[in-house]
Amino acid sequence: MGFTPHTREEIREMLAAIGVGSVGDLFHSIPQALRARSFDLPPGMSEFEMMTRLQELAGRNADVVPFVGGGFYDHIIPAAVDHLAGRSEFYTAYTPYQPECSQGTLQALFEYQTAICRLTGLASSNASLYDGGTALAEAALMALRITGRSRILLDGAVNPFSRSIVRTYLANLPVEVVELPPVCGESDRSRFSREIDDRTAAVLVQNPTFFGCVADYGDLAGQAHRCGALLVSSVYAVSLGLLKTPGEMGADIAVGDGQSLGNPLSFGGPSFGFLAAGKQYIRNVPGRIVGETVDREGRRGFVLTLQAREQHIKRQKATSNICSNQSLCALRGLIFLSCLGRRGLTDLAMRNRDKAEYAKGVLTAIRGVTALSGAPTFNEFTLCLPRPAGEVVSSLLKRGIAAGVPLGPYYPGAEHGLLVTVTEKRSRDQIDLLARELETALWN
Amino acid sequence: MELIYEKSVDGRAGVRLPAGDVPAASPLPAGFLRGEPAGLPELSELDVVRHFTQLSRRNIGVDTTFYPLGSCTMKYNAKALEEGARLFTPFHPMVPLLPGGEKFSQGALAILHRMGKLLEEITGMDAVTCQPLAGAHGEVTGIMLIAAYHKAKGNRKRYVIVPDSSHGTNPSSAAMVGYEIVTVPTDACGDMDREKYKAALSGEVAAVMMTCPNTLGLFNPHIKEICALAHAVDALVYYDGANLNAILGKLRPGDVGFDVVHVNLHKTFGTPHGSGGPGSGPVGVKQALVPYLPVPRVVEGGDGRFSLDSDRPLSIGRTANFFGNFGVIARAYGYTLMLGKEGLIDAGELAVLNANYVLARLKDLYDLPYDQTCMHECVFSASRQLRHDIRAIDIAKFLIDKGFHPPTVYFPLIVKEAIMIEPTETESKATLDAFIEAMREAAVLAEKDPAALKRAPVTTPISRPDETKAAREQKVCHFGC
Repeated sequence: MGFTPHTREEIREMLAAIGVGSVGDLFHSIPQALRARSFDLPPGMSEFEMMTRLQELAGRNADVVPFVGGGFYDHIIPAAVDHLAGRSEFYTAYTPYQPECSQGTLQALFEYQTAICRLTGLASSNASLYDGGTALAEAALMALRITGRSRILLDGAVNPFSRSIVRTYLANLPVEVVELPPVCGESDRSRFSREIDDRTAAVLVQNPTFFGCVADYGDLAGQAHRCGALLVSSVYAVSLGLLKTPGEMGADIAVGDGQSLGNPLSFGGPSFGFLAAGKQYIRNVPGRIVGETVDREGRRGFVLTLQAREQHIKRQKATSNICSNQSLCALRGLIFLSCLGRRGLTDLAMRNRDKAEYAKGVLTAIRGVTALSGAPTFNEFTLCLPRPAGEVVSSLLKRGIAAGVPLGPYYPGAEHGLLVTVTEKRSRDQIDLLARELETALWN
Repeated sequence: MELIYEKSVDGRAGVRLPAGDVPAASPLPAGFLRGEPAGLPELSELDVVRHFTQLSRRNIGVDTTFYPLGSCTMKYNAKALEEGARLFTPFHPMVPLLPGGEKFSQGALAILHRMGKLLEEITGMDAVTCQPLAGAHGEVTGIMLIAAYHKAKGNRKRYVIVPDSSHGTNPSSAAMVGYEIVTVPTDACGDMDREKYKAALSGEVAAVMMTCPNTLGLFNPHIKEICALAHAVDALVYYDGANLNAILGKLRPGDVGFDVVHVNLHKTFGTPHGSGGPGSGPVGVKQALVPYLPVPRVVEGGDGRFSLDSDRPLSIGRTANFFGNFGVIARAYGYTLMLGKEGLIDAGELAVLNANYVLARLKDLYDLPYDQTCMHECVFSASRQLRHDIRAIDIAKFLIDKGFHPPTVYFPLIVKEAIMIEPTETESKATLDAFIEAMREAAVLAEKDPAALKRAPVTTPISRPDETKAAREQKVCHFGC
């Protein structure tokens, strides 16, 4: 089934207006020798049959109780988010190139930028990037442009997927990427002190670290700035309800994945990346930016601004190649934050930490299970198990529990490490069940 | 309209959180805490619902309005696809990456694998990755794959060739991978100038990036020769899939010599554009580039089970957090299932019919810089109207008042006062006729009453905004940030 409205009569009339005999004639510029050698696709089907097929496939996934995070988090999403982002005036529009008929999108993105600035404590934000990992890579590129330098210090306590993206993005450029292995789940401060030098463009860190440790990078910001380098901090959006902001730490650029703000897990996407920076860097920011202005009558209005940074004008000299971003997901983030409000976000962050601290307590009460470090944590923490974590996770999965992310695949030598995530959606009963099952898996 | 921050009332509460069924944790040391809560608005749920519903009414989309935005393929977005994608929202992407976790994600992995297979057949390529998150992300991924290929062969390459009609993303993507750009001009037929192209080719050229049909809506009949000339110097040829809708079932990039393609699922495969995203930009490659594809790869075992392969030493690594914009890919899969072979062929043919109909009915009043049969879009110039000081932007604004989203204007850059119209196949003759009437009225007004066009739009929430002021003042955040 297709969605074409043409009747046979209309096609005839249109062909007559064009002055050709058949639709096939319109393709005369494609020589026969170039025609498709094959187009072996199944026949179409009705909406009902398609939905049945997708339902059958969805049924081949299984629900598990997720104590996994690693960049994507199982948070509540108020019903209003789906309903409002489901307004098709939003979701069937495109990039707001024509401001007069796109004030809805433009004002929402301006409000989104404001929310990101206030969350991160920095003075400017773009209108979204693809995801947290690509946002970190864009921040590294931005720092290289701003400083004119060619060395990036990448903390090994940053999410390993994000680190892989940064390395992939920089692999073909004349840039040295130095990864500094973490110590007990935290940045190796003494190593950073030795490595930050006047060739360094930026120091890339994450808060909380991939291991869940909460940090204050104010000292690193100071060291970076003394050498003329920038501090880039990747942050977990929901944690900013509670934790010291990148701005307060002196970071120059903050990035992160916005999934935790009102976007479903959806098997890894779509979510959105956010990027905020000090106002002095705004001309180096990648992606769309919405700015406030007035119309001819002096009424407030919003437009895409500083477009001279962008690919459609600057081509190879643009600050980034990004065109489509993740606008609708950013809108979901704004609606989510508006539903929660100032106090709601603080409460949500505290609720996450309460649950995680409770879980940490009952899990480390199991014989042989210890916390990796004494550093404070938010809603994720790393356990050291008396057995390889992969085996334990595999056996708990059979009981319907995703107990955490084993660290071995990402940190050779850390095979006994397990990263556990506890959001506000996990009940005390679920946490207690995890503890019982973990104990059974370890000792029975 | 007030900003949501201006509607905030201190102490008003929105969403209630799940029960606190565990003891409160001892507080974090003050040094780790933010000084004060983030300045988010405090509103009731109804306040929030009214605000965003009102904002939505200050927008237009495909569902409200004909949206012939050239190069963007704003076709109808079937509602069932929204429902279909929702079936997969609960599934965590880390689960299949856990030991023993793949069996909990077989349905989602099947969609990624099958959509890849469908795209291989549609584009004539040997393997597809669904990881790239948008068209431009596909481009940069594709150029990284090309760079990895050259590096492995020990080729020393410096340049990427693009025609001057290309999307801005092409040179920008190649530059992000460290290449220098060589731009080849367009000839009198609207094609890349072949002599100048031959002169630009050398052993130092890594890739040639082509959009086919190009951004003038024209098919280049010499495309196979262009690919062969590139291959002769071991340059690879990149297919920008923005305009794939035009040639569905007629031509496959892989058959004529392209080595890498990206496909915009949000264009050709009917997924919504979301006010600027999310899109999805799967990349297809020929065999020689398969080893370099991003990890993890979704692979199908002999038993029909799907698994993830991250152990690929030549891979360029990850280009995104997980497996791509899965929700968008699921929609595109549903779309492809519904249309099937005949539906996709129909879509391409009727898209081309609609564009040529608009072209035929407007060419007497608007200049057509390249007067030939077009593919899925046609590009006019408002140069005739410029004699009356009417620019493409004035015509665009007038169309808003007539109830249409304007076409793309001022692109491609090589056409003066460009008006680029892409109707898509899902629009009826009646809609096209109404649009054509409005365009004809604009052409008449340009001569008789240009001031009327300069006033437009008058029906929108705001009139033309002062873009210079926005750029000068750089107010990108409500005060207090």
